[in-house]
Amino acid sequence: MTCDLDCCKPSGSRQPSDGSTMIIESSDQVPRATLLKRFPVPRNFGVAPESRIVRGRTWPAPTGAVRVKSFEIYRYDPDSGKNPRLDTFEVDLDDCGPMVLDALFWIKNKVDSTLTFRRSCREGICGSCAMNMDGTNWLACTRFISDLGTPATIYPLANMRVIKDLVLDLTHVFAQYAMIEPWLQSRTPEPEKERLQSPEERSKLDGYYECILCFCCTSGCPSHWWNGDRFLGPAALLQAWRWLADSRDEAKGERLDVLEDPFRLYRCHTILNCTRTCPKGLNPGKAIAEIKKMVIERRS
Amino acid sequence: MSNSAAERNRPLSPNIQIYRPQLTSVLSIVNRITGVALSIYAVALVVWLVAAATGPWAYATVQGVIASRIGQIALLGCTFAFFLHLCGGIRHLVWDTAHGFELRSIYISGWAVVAASVVLSALAWIARSFVAG
Repeated sequence: MTCDLDCCKPSGSRQPSDGSTMIIESSDQVPRATLLKRFPVPRNFGVAPESRIVRGRTWPAPTGAVRVKSFEIYRYDPDSGKNPRLDTFEVDLDDCGPMVLDALFWIKNKVDSTLTFRRSCREGICGSCAMNMDGTNWLACTRFISDLGTPATIYPLANMRVIKDLVLDLTHVFAQYAMIEPWLQSRTPEPEKERLQSPEERSKLDGYYECILCFCCTSGCPSHWWNGDRFLGPAALLQAWRWLADSRDEAKGERLDVLEDPFRLYRCHTILNCTRTCPKGLNPGKAIAEIKKMVIERRS
Repeated sequence: MSNSAAERNRPLSPNIQIYRPQLTSVLSIVNRITGVALSIYAVALVVWLVAAATGPWAYATVQGVIASRIGQIALLGCTFAFFLHLCGGIRHLVWDTAHGFELRSIYISGWAVVAASVVLSALAWIARSFVAG
């Protein structure tokens, strides 16, 4: 039996798609432009002293390796008391699987066992291995090594507190997620069986319920970089819309009251880095626009 | 956000220093920069009007600055900034109706804004050359 749900499609089997076109049609297209890989700002632009990155060491490829690719990887060891550093690892591609996560495992198993990263499902379902590869956020398990430039650069998701290497403190973004109360809230008496929903009503959740909370979007949102303490960010707002759009939920007014705020909702300036980066192909930008529209509609 | 000393000292992972510029973010920041530029140009416009009201000498001085090479480049920049901000604003108005959010639409409308701004600026300068004779 096969399953048609989006969440069951093996996203890892996706073929690398050509991102050299000017029109990006889906978020899995990799940017190939070598011009302007990063904004022309100083490396330490607005960076606190403890966050400054220094050059680390180079780990050469094993002797005899033919196809070698360099990976520049962000390292931070909280016990050393030193600043984060950028280590260069030379990976033997003939000895390593095709995905970026495979390269990380290869390094951890064969070169430096202290390399620390989160991973679980290795097939784009769990959202644990979200990181910044060649400047964009994606899941390491569904990004082909061949889609990265040389040297490939791997950083943790942008703009979050680092616990160790690529492992981030997600307390804040999960607190923001909790703030939108991501559960069904009903006021009417419980029916004898489940609360029913027509196929049409159910289809309104398509494109929103599939979120795996990898926080690629929130981490890629410049507005969240500057106002992350008060702006909820695309991941939490997409989930907010998922419950606002649910025909069974009866707390729309309260939900909108929480959201209607100059910062929580309206710090979204429709930059749309979120929609560009979502590894599940969802559309947080559209979800936020729908919330803004709903706020306006309830006033009239 | 965090309480213990160890947590406070945690480094922040880099954001703008490493994140790749994309049409989405670049057009957003360009919309802001052109907005700021247009505010400055609005001051220049007031200076020009005040000069015209003050008298022939003041007006001739300001006209001289505008006619200079730097003045002409600034005026061209003003034209382009105006149309870029205008087209970008229209794009945002469409978005406010919750339409045009498919990634393909985002990129098509984005490049359309850039192309339209170039064409409209060119048309404005062609029209200007006819009016100015």
